[in-house]
Amino acid sequence: MGKYILKRLVDLLPTIFVVAIIVFVITRLIPGDPAAVMLGPQASVEDIQELRDDLGLNEPLHTQFLQYIGDLVQGDFGVSLTYNQPVISLIMDRFPNTLVLAFSALVIALLIGIPAGIISASKQNSVMDYTVMVISLIGVSIPIFWLGVMLVLYFSVNLGWFPATGMGTMDEGFITYIKHLVLPSITLATIPMATFARITRSSMLEVISQDYIKTARAKGLKEFFVIGKHAFKNALTPILTVLGMQVSALLGGAVLTETIFSWPGMGRLIVDAIDKRDFVVVQGTVLFIAIIFVLVNLLIDVLYKIVNPRVNYSSGKGGEGK
Amino acid sequence: MSDVILKVENLDVHFRSSASIVKAVNGVNITLKKKETLGIVGESGSGKSVTATALMRLLPKGIGSIPNGKITFNGKDILSLSDKEMRDVRGNEIAMIFQDPMTSLNPVFTVGDQIEEAVRTHQQMSKKEAKKKAIEMLKVVGIPEPEKRVKMYPHEFSGGMRQRVMIAIALSCNPKLLIADEPTTALDVTVQAQILELMKSLQEKNDTSIIMITHDLGVVWEMCDKVIVMYAGNTVESGTVETIYENPLHPYTWGLLESQITKNTLNGDKLPAIPGSPPDLRNPIPGCNFADRCPYAKEICSTTKPQPIEVELGHIVSCHFQTNSNRLERKERVYIE
Amino acid sequence: MTSTQPSSMETREVKKKEINERSFIRKLLKNRIAAFGLFVTIFMTIIAIFAPLIATHAPNEMDITHSLLGAGVDGHFLGTDNYGRDLFSRIVYGARISLIVGVSAVLFGAVFGTFLGLIAGYFGGKLDSLIMRTMDGLFAFPFILLAITLMTVLGQGLVNVIIAIGVANIPGFARIVRGQVLSVKEEEFIEVTRSLGATHGRILFQHVLPNCLAPLIVYGTMSIAGAIISEAALSFLGLGVQPPTASWGSILKDGKDFLVLNPQMATFSGLAILITVLGINLFGDGLRDALDPKMKV
Ligand SMILES: Nc1ncnc2c1ncn2[C@@H]1O[C@H](COP(=O)(O)OP(=O)(O)OP(=O)(O)O)[C@@H](O)[C@H]1O
Ligand code: SF4
Ligand SMILES: [Mg+2]
Repeated sequence: MGKYILKRLVDLLPTIFVVAIIVFVITRLIPGDPAAVMLGPQASVEDIQELRDDLGLNEPLHTQFLQYIGDLVQGDFGVSLTYNQPVISLIMDRFPNTLVLAFSALVIALLIGIPAGIISASKQNSVMDYTVMVISLIGVSIPIFWLGVMLVLYFSVNLGWFPATGMGTMDEGFITYIKHLVLPSITLATIPMATFARITRSSMLEVISQDYIKTARAKGLKEFFVIGKHAFKNALTPILTVLGMQVSALLGGAVLTETIFSWPGMGRLIVDAIDKRDFVVVQGTVLFIAIIFVLVNLLIDVLYKIVNPRVNYSSGKGGEGK
Repeated sequence: MSDVILKVENLDVHFRSSASIVKAVNGVNITLKKKETLGIVGESGSGKSVTATALMRLLPKGIGSIPNGKITFNGKDILSLSDKEMRDVRGNEIAMIFQDPMTSLNPVFTVGDQIEEAVRTHQQMSKKEAKKKAIEMLKVVGIPEPEKRVKMYPHEFSGGMRQRVMIAIALSCNPKLLIADEPTTALDVTVQAQILELMKSLQEKNDTSIIMITHDLGVVWEMCDKVIVMYAGNTVESGTVETIYENPLHPYTWGLLESQITKNTLNGDKLPAIPGSPPDLRNPIPGCNFADRCPYAKEICSTTKPQPIEVELGHIVSCHFQTNSNRLERKERVYIE
Repeated sequence: MTSTQPSSMETREVKKKEINERSFIRKLLKNRIAAFGLFVTIFMTIIAIFAPLIATHAPNEMDITHSLLGAGVDGHFLGTDNYGRDLFSRIVYGARISLIVGVSAVLFGAVFGTFLGLIAGYFGGKLDSLIMRTMDGLFAFPFILLAITLMTVLGQGLVNVIIAIGVANIPGFARIVRGQVLSVKEEEFIEVTRSLGATHGRILFQHVLPNCLAPLIVYGTMSIAGAIISEAALSFLGLGVQPPTASWGSILKDGKDFLVLNPQMATFSGLAILITVLGINLFGDGLRDALDPKMKV
């Protein structure tokens, strides 16, 4: 297993390289001058030229590229002009906050979505089933930035139960901390939760009619174990696939959620940077998030092997990219 | 106390499907003694599996029901047991193996886990003991290198080996009754014989009773003491294997025999089917269920249901023309051209 | 190969298609929920097309003296926004932006994605790994982040929104089509056509592509829903269409700042998004069940 992980890590290098190239291409090749965008419409030609020089945009492309890759390899994501700080330190300041938000959203989504899907499948066509299906369909269709605003409207503005914005610190007490976390994490959890419910239901339905479920029942197992152990472990593979995709959705959703709730995370950082036209920060943060995503998917690939013994350990092909 | 282990009286099974009721089993009777083997034969859809599933009380919830009948197993009234009591029976006193060993083992657990689970569900046993028991059971069912094999997953086993594992699971708690639903249908001919042999020897060792569900009368002659022939949810003929072998009386049984013979002479893999298809179980017909396909049918057959008659001791037949006073003359090669 | 073989193959195919079509329509109609989804989608499309007839005011007509009116006041069905523009009319016009962006961006992604997926899957080899590696790379970016990044470079504007969301849609289509191509490629009739001397182009567009249609339609429908949400998200972040153009996302963005004074702004613009997206998703679900039951989204 250790060897497998190492091998996959090495496999990831080209993907990360491609990701870096994409960011480079977007920033340098696509029509539009980042320097002009950064300085805004009122900027003078001289100012733009000066900034272009600063950013190295006047060098030949291949020099720019080598410079860029060279910096990245050293963990240098550039220096923000508006914050006057290396981008990586800006990211490292905010990344833990995004992690807290994304993680609590993921926990909520898994803890509610998966059981809901299981119950729905084991009571197919019941009122319970239909209720879960309708709610989860609304859940996958809801614009979360709207949901967030509505939660603020009802639970902060009208009822005053939770703060509308900001992140509590542990110094202010655990309760305050949690109170700040509730609305943003529910907002961010909604889509993954609904998606988990749907995928769990459909893969459980597929599994429940299998012969080995009959075997499990014929052994005299409690229904709880038949469903929760024998059926669920078989239904896990598609759920894991979705988990991989949801991590991406969570990181994307964080941008919106953090904006609504002024959550001091990476998403907020990106949006602020866009407002300030700090292109270097946008580019670095986006690249950082993509790398995180790639690493998370490695983790999920490893989980595939644990869950599914039929996947070959050595080939490293198993659950990739489905 | 008699040594009757299972008595099924007038068992009916119904399924609710969209807006109609499927009467899948009608008035089946079974008497099975200790160490005896009962064969249930019949074409696809005749209700064999449903009968077996009903005995385990594993009919799909909310869809399948047992409106009539009584099942007495080992002195217990099965149909009035609580869910918990029933779970204690399943896998412990009555075990079951299925047709397709490729799909009846859970692919994501090792075979060891699956045997251990069966044992530990019904017996107080440490994990270590259960593991030992699993290895022992694999040895019993003739799997080489059991210490290595327990740690493997089902996909690393051949079909025959998997069926052996299923048997190991089924027999791990020393059940009094083993229900085998077409245990060899999915296997190669040589492997089939080995599995049947294994079942027979284990039965002798443990005094297990067996219900053997099959399409194949050859298996019945080989393995069973008694046989019931099912058609469209009804028992059309039942008796000891000797009587039925020597003196089959129901026209449907004759059809099955003929397809058996045709198969043997053609050296085919599959049983050739009797032409026609069984009636729709949603709309019970007034006459004999077999009337549409029966070469001996007369007018009365489509208007009146034949009643079961004990034509000789223990030999029961349901046909208008097979009575104590009257016999049909059996014709050769009337079913399959 | 005898010459009769392809023709018998053809008849077999035609027959298969006919049966599929019949059962497809039957299934779709039987599925009342999907029909409801289709109804909602058509309803929204009609609103978008006939916006000038439905709207009670010009969507960009400002009247600062009548800003933030409550619902029903002064003939403003849903009230007015912070610039005194009629909220109902703006939401009605917003349907245009949503649907135009939703459909165009998905078409953009579908055309390029399908093309890339086709040649990657069909020719395989180095070309395949080059294309798919790039697609994997694009997939590493959360959808909305990719669109955001593109928008920061491209700058605001309707066409740019379409391009940004369209590009973000490419990898999804490429993957689906490539997967289909790989499975179709194995089939006998492709071999036969090739042995009969058909060009790559002909095989791709006459034989391979039609076989990808079902999953493409299903995926495309679902993607429209996603693209509509993305457009709203971009506008919500101030990266979408140029103000004062009415877009549901930008109305919501403004509404967020006036939650206490005029909650209708945020509420109804979001509801419009939710209803449209829900309708399309319901329809897409039904399409999937009818066309391609094995697909899971
Ligand atoms: N879940 C169900 N819902 C509705 N009807 C059912 C269900 N299960 C079985 N049946 C009906 O019961 C009848 C008998 O089925 P059963 O599985 O017992 O046949 P069988 O004799 O075991 O056939 P085979 O040899 O193919 O296994 C079938 O015709 C079927 O219509
Ligand atoms: S009752 Fe009639 S139809 Fe039925 S088996 Fe006898 S002869 Fe055939
Ligand atoms: Mg059966």
